[in-house]
Amino acid sequence: MKKKKNWTGVLWILPSLSGVLLFYCIPWLDVFRRAFARSTGQGFAGLENFRKLFQNEAFLLASKNTLRFILICIPVLLAGSLALAVLIQRCRYGAWYKWMLLLPMALPAVSTALIWKLLFHRYGLLNAVLERMGLPVNNWLNSSAAFWILVFSYLWRNSGYHVILWLAGLKQIDSSIYEAARIDGAGEFRIFRSMTLPNLKQVFATAAVLSMLNSFKVFREAYLVAGNYPHDSMYMMQHLFNNWFRILALDKMSAASVLLSIVILSFLGILYKVWGKEMG
Amino acid sequence: MRKHCRRRIEGLVLACALFAVLPVCFLIAGSFMGEGELTLQLGGILGQGEDYAKLFLFPLYPTLRAYVEILLDTPEFFVMFWNTGKITLGILCGQMLFGIPAAWGLARYSFPLKKTVIWLYIALMLMPFQVLMLSDYLVLKELNLLDSHLGLIFQGAFSTFPVFLMYRFFAGIPEEIVEAGRLDGAGAWGLFFHIGLPLGKSGIFSAMVLGIPESWNMIEQPLAFLKTKSLWPLSILLPEIEEGSVGFAFAVSVLTFLPVFLVFLNGEEYLEQGIEASHVKKEEVRG
Repeated sequence: MKKKKNWTGVLWILPSLSGVLLFYCIPWLDVFRRAFARSTGQGFAGLENFRKLFQNEAFLLASKNTLRFILICIPVLLAGSLALAVLIQRCRYGAWYKWMLLLPMALPAVSTALIWKLLFHRYGLLNAVLERMGLPVNNWLNSSAAFWILVFSYLWRNSGYHVILWLAGLKQIDSSIYEAARIDGAGEFRIFRSMTLPNLKQVFATAAVLSMLNSFKVFREAYLVAGNYPHDSMYMMQHLFNNWFRILALDKMSAASVLLSIVILSFLGILYKVWGKEMG
Repeated sequence: MRKHCRRRIEGLVLACALFAVLPVCFLIAGSFMGEGELTLQLGGILGQGEDYAKLFLFPLYPTLRAYVEILLDTPEFFVMFWNTGKITLGILCGQMLFGIPAAWGLARYSFPLKKTVIWLYIALMLMPFQVLMLSDYLVLKELNLLDSHLGLIFQGAFSTFPVFLMYRFFAGIPEEIVEAGRLDGAGAWGLFFHIGLPLGKSGIFSAMVLGIPESWNMIEQPLAFLKTKSLWPLSILLPEIEEGSVGFAFAVSVLTFLPVFLVFLNGEEYLEQGIEASHVKKEEVRG
């Protein structure tokens, strides 16, 4: 049944596909149309909406912060979780550690937000420690440090997931190549650099894409800790969308959605290159 | 010397792992504290005095007061809990009902435009909520599903990530087994029920274990699409409680976390398989 091409297979996916088309695809295309329409939703406005976007201070701030967040978080997360994965492989209680690292994933964002508030409050735990050590205290959530709280939050929540991804990749590497290298007298670091790393390219692509996808979810903590208008340093694209949504600024929202879609689709292009052969 | 090094690694990883679970311990400890002890420990945070908070991992005077208060005196809690449960269950059922056949069809059949459909699903699974927020809103408005659980359930049910995940598992079933089933005279339904479901079981469970926390902790969607407060799930109600009493907030946090924690506890193996399955190997050649 796999060999001959016919339409019977379509019957299996039809219910799902029609839902996906109705709830996601068609409305998504409609947003593309709206991005080039006037704010009433009718008439062609050309690139007017996009021009407005790039003159909008909030948009520029949010883009800058989101970009900065992604550029800092993703490399740190990928490198950190890879290091942890390599170390866990050598641990006796590795299974336990994996499980503990995964736990933050299950914790509701509201609970996390509650803890962050206690940690980073003016009279919170972090300041308590700093004061005891004679260091200056700070109102973290209302300072430029707020951004770093988000970074911390993201790393804390996502490292477990990525450790498992890396471990899956590490597991696939044929261990006999290591034996051979060891016999040849190669050091641990050398082996890692020239044998382990090149073999992890595919997992790397997956991990990079998934980490970007998950980076948008820090909005949950950010919103719950600081509301709709947090300190400028952690005003992200997600806040902006949320605020535009509340006033139904359809034109700006559609234009921004289109821009963001294009960025994500270009990432998809990378994925297509890496996954393409297998998914064909 | 090797042994020494190994111990250091173990210690380092253990420290990271403990760091990951520390906040959970903190929450649990706080939920068993009385209002008096919390005020003592958290001092300045609650706006009482200028004392710094202290780190605690165990309550000195454990009490179930906060839990009793929630479970006996707060009927609203049960409404919210039920809202969350209803949404999660609805989404899960929908994902399975529509997703399993779709994943099976994509994995085992050939038809025109199949590749396009797969990549469409992948593209949609990668889109953050914010990109689709406006389109989601417009379609729900059109269908008269705004401000209702059904709207959230429909959107969650057609999320494409579980389909992709199960597709990966179904595609991994060796063609010979399916072939053998067909030679035994199994029809399309027979193959699906007697080969697909049993052998793709771990994929289905993985999709569930990864999906449950997603819907249970959902924030963006109810925030955008639910106006009526009595429809709200626990996940967006909590911040409101916090203002009133911290002890209460701790206990609600723990109670909200508990169901997902139990799913994690029992499905850890599937969780791992699910995460691993999102990684596609190039060498994997399908028959």
